[in-house]
Amino acid sequence: MPKVTIDDISIEVPEGTTILEAARMIGGDIVPPAMCYYSHLQGTGGYCRTCIVQVTQGSEKDPRPMPKPVASCRTTVMDGMVVKNTTSPELLEARAGVVEFLLINHPLDCPVCDQAGECHLQDLGYDHGKLETRSEFPRREFEPIDIGPHIKLHMNRCILCYRCVKVADQLTDGRCHGVISRGEASEISTYIEQAIDNDFSGNMIDVCPVGALTDRTFRFKSRVWYTKPVDAHRDCPTCSGKVRLWFQGDDVIRVTSRKDEYGEVTTGPEGNPEWICNTCRFDTKSVHDWEIEGPSHIQRQSVISANHYESLKALKVTTERMYDANPHGTKVDLGEGALDPNNESK
Amino acid sequence: MLTKRSKLVVKRKMSLTERLYLPAIFNGLKITFSHLFKRTATIKYPEQTRPVSPIYRGMHVLKRDEAGAERCTACGLCAVACPAEAITMVAEERKPEETHLYREEKYAATYEIDMLRCIFCGLCEEACPKEAIFLTDRLIPSTYDRDSYVFGKDILVESIEAPVDVTKRQTPEVLEFKKDKKHYHNRTFNDAIKKSGLSAHK
Repeated sequence: MPKVTIDDISIEVPEGTTILEAARMIGGDIVPPAMCYYSHLQGTGGYCRTCIVQVTQGSEKDPRPMPKPVASCRTTVMDGMVVKNTTSPELLEARAGVVEFLLINHPLDCPVCDQAGECHLQDLGYDHGKLETRSEFPRREFEPIDIGPHIKLHMNRCILCYRCVKVADQLTDGRCHGVISRGEASEISTYIEQAIDNDFSGNMIDVCPVGALTDRTFRFKSRVWYTKPVDAHRDCPTCSGKVRLWFQGDDVIRVTSRKDEYGEVTTGPEGNPEWICNTCRFDTKSVHDWEIEGPSHIQRQSVISANHYESLKALKVTTERMYDANPHGTKVDLGEGALDPNNESK
Repeated sequence: MLTKRSKLVVKRKMSLTERLYLPAIFNGLKITFSHLFKRTATIKYPEQTRPVSPIYRGMHVLKRDEAGAERCTACGLCAVACPAEAITMVAEERKPEETHLYREEKYAATYEIDMLRCIFCGLCEEACPKEAIFLTDRLIPSTYDRDSYVFGKDILVESIEAPVDVTKRQTPEVLEFKKDKKHYHNRTFNDAIKKSGLSAHK
């Protein structure tokens, strides 16, 4: 098995693993960000260049460094490869340049956009971007398009990551969604704005790293950080039925698939990605349709974690009072660490 | 005895002048009437008002832009910044015929500030990316019930005929503090930066 060293951390990975996947096996801050790569979709990656890393030693046999930063999502590891990500200042500067390029045409309409708060480009901009743009050209402007009754396309915000195209290609039958025109003029489109009528087309909302494809049933209903994410499931004949419900008060105002720390759909027990069908996503928005498992795990860095509690944390006094009220019952034990609101355990 | 300041009550016999009471009464009246000739501590509000600091934080205003369209886009950042959780809003999508009313694609259909919860910290103004909400030197009018302290858009949004002046608040110090907020959508704000002689660029 090839051994690769990423930011001075060594790991042995199976043959053919990409640098990005190897970094994800290590985990933590050294994982390069990715805007277009999506592990559950074949052929993604290589478009956005945010995952670039510096290879300072190609392999054990040929220790020469690679002349330019390489896209870690498309470069497979070699035995003895040494990779620098966060430890290389030049690389971070190069990535800041990539972010600047991504933002050349991306509008600054985060206050309007429904994706704000869970947008990967927003995170990337905060982490690597500069405060201002040097571009003096006007941004590309398009009118928002309705793709079918459930999806809204804001071509302004699209960064052409091709993830949705791969979803349309690989998850749905009968391809009717793709990229038209070339280069700077290219845009996501459907065949003459044809509605996408497929059970799994809603997943392109989930894979979109920006707010280009958004849920029309959730459009402007709330900001994501005011809604409460809860994991739930139901017996669905077409999909896994494992979803994340977003509550506003007692109402489910949005249903999405569950996402892992890299913003990708979670993997099921058989290793299959838990895509959800359009019936689960758009048509079952009553609490009674779902069996609720508990609050979703939200990373502390996310704005959604504000006022989000993942375990019941009662004070000792409260538990004693609960015991006093029902002395014949069992004493309520909420477990260790149950008092810490920042407890990240699921 | 908990403190040394307490005094023991002594029941002694009063002297003749003390038993007359009149000297003590006149003494008291002298103090009372002397106040007639002193400067009053109060003013006759609302006819008179006290001078306030230029950066006084009073009642909020939701500004309109130069064309008279509402600047607020219901992004919710004021509400998330509010430590008192006084702000609530409901967003709505702008219709094509409403472009002159609202600047952005999304607008606040309802926008409410509970003035009894508000602590006038000004964090909403600081958080606002659209330069829409400002605190002004106006005071909150008093009423008799709690419900009427929840101010909606009818009170908060400035009228086109009588715009509320917030430039007084934009002192050079405030502009220096806000210098990173230099969005093209607020031209008047950028003009103010230029006028104050501060550089908008780092």
